[in-house]
Amino acid sequence: MKKSVIIYINDKPYQVESGQTIMQAADKLGYHIPRLCYHPKLSIEGACRVCIVEVEGMKNYVASCAYPVAEGMRIRTHTKELRTARRDIVELILDNHPDDCHTCERDGICELQRLAYAMGLRHRHFEGEKKNYEKDLSSASVIRDPNKCILCGRCVRICSEVQKVNALGYAHRGFKTVVMPAYNMPFSESVCTTCGQCINVCPTASFVEKNYTQELFEKLQDPGYIKVAQIAPSVRAAIGEAFGLEPGRAMERETVAALRKLGFDYVFDTQLSADLTIMEEANEFLERVKNNGRLPMITSCSSAWMKCMEQFYPDLIENISTCKSPMSMMGALLKTYFADKIKKEPKKILSVAVMCCTAKKYEAARPELRVNGLPAVDIVVTTREIAWMFKSAGIDFVNIKGEDFDKPLGLSSGAGTIFGVTGGVMEAAIRTAYEIYTGEPLMEIEVNQIRGLQGIKEGKLDLNGTEIRVAVAHGLGNANALLNTVRQDPGRYHFVEIMGCPGGCIGGGGQPYAGSNSTPLDEECLKKRAEALYGLDRQKIIRRSHNNPDVRRLYKEFLGKPLGEVPHKLLHTHYKAKEPRGIVSQEMTLR
Amino acid sequence: MPEVVSSDTRVDELKEFMAQFKGKPRAEANLIAILHKAQELFGFLSKEVMDEVALAMDIPTAHIWGVATFYHYFHLKPSGKHTISVCLGTACYIKGAEEILNKIKEELKIQIGETTSDNLFTLQEARCLGACGLAPVMMIDDKIYGTLTPKKVMEILQSYRKKKA
Repeated sequence: MKKSVIIYINDKPYQVESGQTIMQAADKLGYHIPRLCYHPKLSIEGACRVCIVEVEGMKNYVASCAYPVAEGMRIRTHTKELRTARRDIVELILDNHPDDCHTCERDGICELQRLAYAMGLRHRHFEGEKKNYEKDLSSASVIRDPNKCILCGRCVRICSEVQKVNALGYAHRGFKTVVMPAYNMPFSESVCTTCGQCINVCPTASFVEKNYTQELFEKLQDPGYIKVAQIAPSVRAAIGEAFGLEPGRAMERETVAALRKLGFDYVFDTQLSADLTIMEEANEFLERVKNNGRLPMITSCSSAWMKCMEQFYPDLIENISTCKSPMSMMGALLKTYFADKIKKEPKKILSVAVMCCTAKKYEAARPELRVNGLPAVDIVVTTREIAWMFKSAGIDFVNIKGEDFDKPLGLSSGAGTIFGVTGGVMEAAIRTAYEIYTGEPLMEIEVNQIRGLQGIKEGKLDLNGTEIRVAVAHGLGNANALLNTVRQDPGRYHFVEIMGCPGGCIGGGGQPYAGSNSTPLDEECLKKRAEALYGLDRQKIIRRSHNNPDVRRLYKEFLGKPLGEVPHKLLHTHYKAKEPRGIVSQEMTLR
Repeated sequence: MPEVVSSDTRVDELKEFMAQFKGKPRAEANLIAILHKAQELFGFLSKEVMDEVALAMDIPTAHIWGVATFYHYFHLKPSGKHTISVCLGTACYIKGAEEILNKIKEELKIQIGETTSDNLFTLQEARCLGACGLAPVMMIDDKIYGTLTPKKVMEILQSYRKKKA
């Protein structure tokens, strides 16, 4: 038990646990002290000074994010003087910030803008010196605009502390400080895994995804294309938030309807290709188990994880499943099977992926994933981008009447649905692998040991007397810890699932920004998104990938057998060790 | 530009220097000392050298880059044979340091932080060299030159050029 102390906030006495900061204590008591650089998942920076409070007996205001509570402490949170000081601090931050809110991508969903409003900044006293740096447009996924950066450092911290990728750091000093990759390298040449978590935590538009909305709007008008969309599981779990709906409300059929209204001819489900992934992956796994192949097998769905793996874990390449991601599998089918089916030239098919992910933009550009010389996926847009497109096109998303996915690539099992949440791919694989191996369906279909937001989860499965040990990690930092265990003790697990983002795809770098009452990557929000997917899974009659009749038909009509010749060509890929210049990341060295 | 190759004995010396910190608690706290050593050996901090440090010390390059760019002491480009530091402290400034600096810039056709194309001079600014009585002053390598005039500066630069020849 921690000791408790009495503190006074605005003259009211409260009994609180010692060992916490003023901000933490105040949060629990209903005082949300304004803040900027603070993030509950990250270390304390104390850089912005927005969260200052008055503590009796102290000469200066203290940063409540960094100052611990103490017995008898008298704290004031919003005196006139404090409010003036905070307003001035935010005004000074704005003085170097471009005054281009009305043309900025984050207009209306900007944390800095909201803060300035809440601080009562109605008048500007100073014209500060502006920054004039070039934007880094080199990455397929993430754009860096140092001019909008206010140096809160959340991006640096999430990249180093949560993701342990360390792509970003502060360079230079004083006014000239810029957040950048090592050696001011273009993002495309840095160790950036394109996960997009910097975008999620950025309070301004200093980090944004590479935006394809204009290109997509243009192509949707082009009568020369058959426009086909696929939607990742997690998009439906979060897109409502972009329209002010409570987190956790699944908007599956609504998204289908809205995409049709936007101009798509066919709307397919990435969940079907997730089922396909499971067919291939479960078989690949059992093959490895039977033939003493390299174990543990590690999943390959997460594109940020793929880039991370090639850079930092080339020693584990043989452990990685050769399965393409569900997105790329669907893309491959669109340009072959589906094109044949509708008797169109593959190049006339516009393959668009609506993803919760920024890294999928990078994946779509990987040359080895092309199919007969064509990109499997032509355009990837994030949940944020598609939500904006709906708004821009005037589609009444909140009140829209839901519609079904198209045939023949729209039907999915519940196993495909849960791909979006950490542990989901493993659970889906277990549901299928168990049945293939034992000939009996797995009765306890919900594998609770690998559900939840714990960083690393372990589970066991009994396959007719053979014990199969599995492990799941989400977020590249957790992955790092798990994979170091794998390196030290290769026999410990048989099957490992890695997702690049916290929470899995539901916490992807392309998901809606946090609203005015939430924090980016808020665990409660992630739990609700996860629950939305588990709810969709429970509603389904077919919850095992191998029972999906459309998947079965696909194998019968087109693919042949799992791991066969056609799947090998269309659904599997290979990896190469990458050594971006001058890169090493703490705890990820190869030595 | 000097390249780091494994046969370069300077690399070995740097590695040896880093080895003393390895395995010790908070080994990464010695980064500045290591970068000093690296600069002493190579004259400047190249990407290749910083990569070596990153690998040996398990410190992300983004962080090393941050430290290397934060301190003016560290050079990211090769320096010339001689380093000219022109004092721009208050006393020198009042006594016409700006004129001196401009003369040098004009003569050498370089800006502050740059190196002449013949690699003879690197130009730096300095904040008080502790020789205010001799203002305006400049330092070339570790030699102080005081009571400068544009004409005197020209003569001094010329003397270094002659030394080279």
